[in-house]
Amino acid sequence: MTPHHRIIPDRLQSPATRALRSWEAILVAVAIAVFVTNSFASPYFLNVWNLSDATFNFTEKALIAFAMAMLIIAGDIDLSVASIIALSSTAMGVAMAAGADTPVLVLIGIGTGLLCGAINGALVAGLGLPSIVVTIGTMSLFRGVAYIILGDKAFTGYPASFKFFGQGYVWWVISFELALFAAMAVVYYVLLHRTSFGRAVFAIGNNATAAQFSGIRVARVRFILFLLTGVMSGIAAVCLTSRLGSTRPSIATGWELEIVTMVVLGGVSILGGAGSVAGVFLAALIMGMVTFGFGLLNVPGIVMSIFLGVLLIVVIALPRLLRRG
Amino acid sequence: MSLLKSREALLALAILLLIGVVAARFPAFVRPANLANVLNDTSPLIILAIGQMIVILTKCIDLSVAANLALCGMVAALMNGAGVPLPLILMGVVALGAGLGAVNGVLVWKLGIPSIVVTLGTMTIFRGTIFLITDGKWVNAHQMSDGFKALPRTVLLGLPVMSWMAIALIILFTVVLTRTALGRSFYAVGGNPHAAVYAGINVGRTQFSAFVISGALAGLAGYLWVARYAVAYVDIAGGFELDVVAACVIGGVAIAGGAGTVAGAVLGALFLGVIKNALPVVGISPFWQMAISGAAIVLAVTFNATQARAPGRIILKSAEAR
Repeated sequence: MTPHHRIIPDRLQSPATRALRSWEAILVAVAIAVFVTNSFASPYFLNVWNLSDATFNFTEKALIAFAMAMLIIAGDIDLSVASIIALSSTAMGVAMAAGADTPVLVLIGIGTGLLCGAINGALVAGLGLPSIVVTIGTMSLFRGVAYIILGDKAFTGYPASFKFFGQGYVWWVISFELALFAAMAVVYYVLLHRTSFGRAVFAIGNNATAAQFSGIRVARVRFILFLLTGVMSGIAAVCLTSRLGSTRPSIATGWELEIVTMVVLGGVSILGGAGSVAGVFLAALIMGMVTFGFGLLNVPGIVMSIFLGVLLIVVIALPRLLRRG
Repeated sequence: MSLLKSREALLALAILLLIGVVAARFPAFVRPANLANVLNDTSPLIILAIGQMIVILTKCIDLSVAANLALCGMVAALMNGAGVPLPLILMGVVALGAGLGAVNGVLVWKLGIPSIVVTLGTMTIFRGTIFLITDGKWVNAHQMSDGFKALPRTVLLGLPVMSWMAIALIILFTVVLTRTALGRSFYAVGGNPHAAVYAGINVGRTQFSAFVISGALAGLAGYLWVARYAVAYVDIAGGFELDVVAACVIGGVAIAGGAGTVAGAVLGALFLGVIKNALPVVGISPFWQMAISGAAIVLAVTFNATQARAPGRIILKSAEAR
């Protein structure tokens, strides 16, 4: 954290040059490279059903990543998202055991997410506590409650109609999850880049004090962002629980790190103030395709995680190295 | 008066109260042997919390400590399998841990990448590396030499060597942080990096040193962990980095840097250790532990903030009173 100075150029680059040199352009290039490499590496890659199946490994995480991106742009972070999934899924399991039907289950799943988001938001925006510590705490707390309820047991036997959210298809190879992912990408694009709320998020991330003085209700915006992240985690919990057909307290362990990786890979500054929904969308696709491609080549999951770790550091390091040259 | 107000004293009081409540129903809990056992059980957490606290002091965070511990532990077990003598193993793991910490440190120092991103990445890389060098195989008790397993458990003057190591490190780092220029620079860098630069402190290099210390401690803890539990595999100490950060937060280490003490971090670790060991005694399912430590973190950070929000500090109070 050495003092840094922002250099204001004499002349701006042309819009076309800027677009070509943007982070999103690099991501598109990486995505194409991964796609082409995969198609050559395995004959099973270019099969629509295989590709459709492959989307399941990132759609649920990406749903949360959109909301997380806004939260990180505003200068906060939520490490409790995977634990919210666990608690949400457990709540649905309890309701299911009590005889609740699909619509009620969905409401309970999303409602639990909303409640957890409200708790995080109240602690961070209301009391002004640092979000990283608060959400490390609630990360243990939420999953801890799931463990208290479930112990080493599991809920199974969700109603047949509940299976749609994680296993159903809306049209041909387009699964419900994939459609939801696409729809949410549009919703979050509009919310972040086309509304005053989105502008407020950037303003807060760049300078919360200045944002406050320019009339933005900083605490309220930050609270809403935590609510959104909670709700998205609840929605992801509905999809994941439906897809797996069971609930264990260890569900979605470690997802918070994969989601943060996805967001940072998507070009969102971890220090806040910069980022785009398009970047996160592309990062989700890239991570999904890499995981799928490695899977087809029988590469163990842990080796993929090494690759993602290296990718995370390299994509952040490269522009910094180039800027020095 | 100021002693009662200090964070460490309050935390120590809370721990004593906790022990007292448990002891009221289950007197066996306060038998010296059991308390020594709690201390010993918490030693790895104490050792890592000291390193983490120094990193947090410099406005950084090290999420890779548990993965570092696991990798160094595995390397220690493999070196033992290859017949390397114990002193060399100890030096080896500390050097390896410091080296892994240096990787984090260089990325933070030379490239200016935020530490949370760096250590999120290296955390998966370190753990993945264990898989690469072992192919996912375990090293079990019967594959370890007796001397290798015995060292942390050897009892000296009533306490196992592992506890003594933790105690020695507590003393060492209390001295380093309060009595050396390097120790003071950790506080300066976290308290006000700009001012630190003008005071002639190299901010990046100080952060680098903090990561090297954290890594070296994780390396040592890796040997202790593997030797004590007599098993090494990819997933040992999974998620332990959060317990370590939790110990620091409970111990009053400010996540924004610049404030915290070794004593605080150690007491934070002991607080979690006492809870962990008391639960089975009181007959509460161990499944409660996660929720309880989560609640403890949230309460601790709320408490930290309300204390920090006290009216502006009066410097030279005595002068004002005159």
